[in-house]
Amino acid sequence: MYVAVKGGEAAIDNAHRLLAERRRGDPAVPELTVAQIREQMSLLVDRVMAEGSLYDPDLAALALKQARGDVVEAVFLVRAYRTTLPRFGASVPVETGAMAVDRRVSATFKDMPGGQVLGPTFDYTHRLIDFALAAAGEPEPAAEAEPGPDAALCPRVTDILGQAGLLEASPPEAGAPVGDLTREAVDFPADRAVRLQALARGDEGFVLALGYSTQRGYGRTHPFVGEIRCGTVAVEFVPEELGFSVPLGDVPLTECQMVNQFHGSGDVPPQFTRGYGLVFGQGERKAMAMALVDRSLRASELGEAVGAPAQDQEFVLAHCDSLQATGFVEHLKLPHYVDFQAELELVRRLRAEHAAARAQGDAPIREAAE
Amino acid sequence: MSAASALPETGYNFAYLDEGTKRMIRRAILKAVAVPGYQVPFAAREMPMPYGWGTGGVQVTAAILGASDVLKVIDQGADDTTNAVSIRRFFGRTAGVATTTRTCEASVIQTRHRIPETPLTEDQILVYQVPIPEPLRFLEPRETETRQLHALGEYGLMHVKLYEDIARHGHIATTYAYPVEVAGRYVMDPSPTPKFDNPKMDDCPALQLFGAGREKRIYAVPPYTRVRSLDFEDHPFRVQSFDRPCALCGAADVYLDEVVLDDAGGRMFVCSDTDHCEARRAAGHAGEQAA
Repeated sequence: MYVAVKGGEAAIDNAHRLLAERRRGDPAVPELTVAQIREQMSLLVDRVMAEGSLYDPDLAALALKQARGDVVEAVFLVRAYRTTLPRFGASVPVETGAMAVDRRVSATFKDMPGGQVLGPTFDYTHRLIDFALAAAGEPEPAAEAEPGPDAALCPRVTDILGQAGLLEASPPEAGAPVGDLTREAVDFPADRAVRLQALARGDEGFVLALGYSTQRGYGRTHPFVGEIRCGTVAVEFVPEELGFSVPLGDVPLTECQMVNQFHGSGDVPPQFTRGYGLVFGQGERKAMAMALVDRSLRASELGEAVGAPAQDQEFVLAHCDSLQATGFVEHLKLPHYVDFQAELELVRRLRAEHAAARAQGDAPIREAAE
Repeated sequence: MSAASALPETGYNFAYLDEGTKRMIRRAILKAVAVPGYQVPFAAREMPMPYGWGTGGVQVTAAILGASDVLKVIDQGADDTTNAVSIRRFFGRTAGVATTTRTCEASVIQTRHRIPETPLTEDQILVYQVPIPEPLRFLEPRETETRQLHALGEYGLMHVKLYEDIARHGHIATTYAYPVEVAGRYVMDPSPTPKFDNPKMDDCPALQLFGAGREKRIYAVPPYTRVRSLDFEDHPFRVQSFDRPCALCGAADVYLDEVVLDDAGGRMFVCSDTDHCEARRAAGHAGEQAA
């Protein structure tokens, strides 16, 4: 006698309990604290904040703990929480030119006002596993550099280039009302602000691969890193009742300005073009990849042929979000019995017809044109 | 029917979404009802369940649910599939509404992949979870193009696809998500229901709402609207048929699930609509394997 599968509710509850147990791991090992994750897994926390579109290191660390370290799952928790938050308004655009920089490098000039600041980077480490780290221990303190004569002045390299007209001005839509892709459905063609939002919260791996593809010839843009800067900027907000801006606090950001091959027309002399990347925290890989893809997505605006995936905004914007991608891929594990039954019925019928035709000695399938 | 939950989840608005979001969704629904079969963009929110699990349907349900509603949720026709259980529980907790597994008791029915066998009434709303709302998507991947094709009523691509099926297989090889024309105008994806269910959409007394969260679209079929499955004069639309009745309740005119009983080819066929099957058995109908 067949008994229909019942008890979904009890199974779900038990699965959740088992999940919590697995998250905790061996109880003989001390439990991770949220503060430990926030302080010692800081780049992971930064990534969750960037793709979660929410600046809150404690919440991102907690999400990582709850998600057993799965980045996409942690991003999901942060995004779902973000949905429930009220919105008071938009901040004043942050002034990255006034950033208190931890790190600032340019690949286009050997030196410039403010100088090159190496900062905390893996770039010149030798990737040798440090077995000493397996034991606890405090690192040697880093020496503080003497501030140079122009340390306070750290203009963006793109501004320096822009003054001489060698780099295009910020595109004219800057200053126009900025759309919010979490509050409106994306309408194609999407403007640059919306594209940048999508890239900023897009999956790091996907954006990285797309940026990489442009370097290998799928929509080449001849990029130079004008500048990468990491540090904190002040966030300011203008409350309606005050009419002037008040500081809300500082957020750490990474900004990348790519300087790309020139463009010119009858009216405009040749000049370099921009690609822009900006993410929360220290996220250079993501900011650089974003800047490459941003520039590629400007292909049609700059009169270039659109052919490569990274130049195709419907392709990029529709597929860069890790939550959308993981949801739709993983939903295949949900039951599809009734649709599969429909396919089974058809395949069985086609096979029966095929066998009958064979038995009659006909060609199995007649061409439609016959 | 289980009574309204006494202790709904605290800290969240009724049915989870804030009132501003619900108003935005209701506006999209009104527009969808006014233009049957047209896909209305809406600002879908990130919900606490994954995309692909029914976030569009959940948002539509959240926007239309009132305190006195009675909610039924099915997946594959069944009330006890894990995702149906999970969504029903979500609304039990966040809205505190009464829930039921009986089609005839429900005022709102959220579904994935099936339309109940019991005919719906004017007092009911059927909410479909939709993965890909665009019926032309697999023929033309670009949204800018497909919107234009809909605007022009240019559905030749779809007819060519169906014709190619016939040329290649001798039959239209689309067995679910079978395209329909709504009110003589828009071609619409009925969501991945088996085409068996398509005739139930036609002239249906209940309002039918479709929500696609990931793709951010809502569309609708108002009550008593003509819904025609696309076909050809010499290849008329036909639904699936089963060569045996339900093994439990003996129903012959319903959609069946095939259940594998052993590894020696043993199979049985039972109603996909669990409520319909239970109601028939309670009324004394019995199939060949009924206890």
